[in-house]
Amino acid sequence: MTSYTGRVSDAAPAVVVDGLVMRYGDKVAVDELSLTVDRGTITAVLGPNGAGKTTTLETCEGYRKPQRGTVRVLGLDPVRQRRDLLPRIGVMLQGGGAWSGVRAMEMLNHVATLHAHPLDTEMLADRLGLADCGRTPYRRLSGGQQQRVGLAMALVGRPEIVFVDEPTAGMDPQLRRTTWELLEELRRDGVSVVLTTHYMDEAERLADQIHIIDRGTLIASGSPLELTRGGSTATIRLVVTRPFPPGAPESLRAALGEAIVVTQLDDVSLLVTGPADASTLARVSRWCDEQQVLPESLTLGVRNLEDVFLQLTGRELAT
Amino acid sequence: MSAGTFAPRPGAAPLHRQVLAQASMEARLMLRNGEQLLLAVVIPVIVLIGAVEGADRIDLDLSGRPIDEFAPGVLALAVMSTAFTSLAIATGFERRYGVIKRLGSSPLPRTGLLAGKVLALLLVEVLQGVVITAVALALGWEPDLSVVGVLLTVIAATAAFASLGLLLAGSLRAEATLAAANLVYLLLMAGGAVVLPSTAYGGFGDVVRWLPSGALGDAMRSGLIDGAVDWTGLVVLTAWAVVGAVLTARTFKWE
Repeated sequence: MTSYTGRVSDAAPAVVVDGLVMRYGDKVAVDELSLTVDRGTITAVLGPNGAGKTTTLETCEGYRKPQRGTVRVLGLDPVRQRRDLLPRIGVMLQGGGAWSGVRAMEMLNHVATLHAHPLDTEMLADRLGLADCGRTPYRRLSGGQQQRVGLAMALVGRPEIVFVDEPTAGMDPQLRRTTWELLEELRRDGVSVVLTTHYMDEAERLADQIHIIDRGTLIASGSPLELTRGGSTATIRLVVTRPFPPGAPESLRAALGEAIVVTQLDDVSLLVTGPADASTLARVSRWCDEQQVLPESLTLGVRNLEDVFLQLTGRELAT
Repeated sequence: MSAGTFAPRPGAAPLHRQVLAQASMEARLMLRNGEQLLLAVVIPVIVLIGAVEGADRIDLDLSGRPIDEFAPGVLALAVMSTAFTSLAIATGFERRYGVIKRLGSSPLPRTGLLAGKVLALLLVEVLQGVVITAVALALGWEPDLSVVGVLLTVIAATAAFASLGLLLAGSLRAEATLAAANLVYLLLMAGGAVVLPSTAYGGFGDVVRWLPSGALGDAMRSGLIDGAVDWTGLVVLTAWAVVGAVLTARTFKWE
């Protein structure tokens, strides 16, 4: 049995955001956003840069006061009950967060000292592959190393919930996998993980629950399975060499039948979603012939989150 | 079932431990930085030796021996350099690097952060005092000490300069803070009645004694030349501390 010091057995969800509105001047960063994060899950807030992910996270962390709506973390108000909440959460910022001249381990040990029952910092550094650069000043660490120090600082206080903002941005593939495994271990040990990401594969691989945000609004929520199999099993992506003639999506839709959704992505690419199979592929190919357009690529694939996002917003979730 | 490695066990360390950790961290970082060390120890020692050597050559109107007159002034300069310039520069870059933001989501409360900073300043000032006093004694300094006067002066001056330093750091960008903090330091060192007594400035002395620099310098000299407590200087410093603190509380931006 673990002995808990705080009130950790209460039943409040990890995070409840209700009708959150945040503006910077004229720009609406978050617009009537509502979402819930269950305890013990990995929840991904997915969206392109500037979608309002970080702003939402920062209201959960108590950095920003909601202009409208409410935010509760572990049942507490992050602004008014800040002092009760902060020891119970771990925060990984998108960048920075350490003195330029401080050594990596010195910084981690410092944050550990602020907590009552910190993790063993040597073990943590070892797990994050920081053992070799423990004496290196923070400013001389690589971007990936700085990020891992940031993650270590978020975990060292043994929080109930961690907020990680773009945890693997700029990491090489191997490091990303190590980080993912660590986040999965956190979930196994009962820590709730809220992460923002603009990587589809990251959300798909890790998350129990995904909230897709675009322009400050929630556009879809669900498990990766629910989101990718929502009524269709496959997608066809068509890219042509020269811009489509006018009315191309309509004409293709007519050629394919009712059950198929055609989304034009740009001048030269279309996305076909629905119960698509090899015969649909053949019909798309025949349509190209009739329309005298030359396919540069024509691919059939299982619908992934990237396609979901494309279909919902008509835009690529480009990085 | 045994709990996993990361099984939650949250909690804040006792506040005094957090404050001590913060103070020792900040003091270490301050002393590790070459420029800060230059500002804290090297410049004051050079000023002390230079002033004592130079006083014989140029005819300064001093009431006592040069070393007895200058040692308190240089100690005052050291307090000003740490509590104002070093603090402002360090805090400016802490904002820039997101350190203050990061600590803002740690268990350390803002009051604890502030207490840690003040403690770090006092720690560095003690080290500066030891070095400068040793050099001054070697140069034949014979102080007439009022312990109460010196302690109160150091505390009031640290509060005044630290609040002004934070005012600067909390409203300007890091580079602008760096430039402004150094400029103000140089101006006050030259013309702020820190090293030289305000009486040496002629009519202008009536103005500079109301500046935090002049009040600090004069109060330090009272405490180390006359063995007395300069209540006027202490009141002036306290007033600056209150003004600085109020303005800082209103304007300081944490990010």
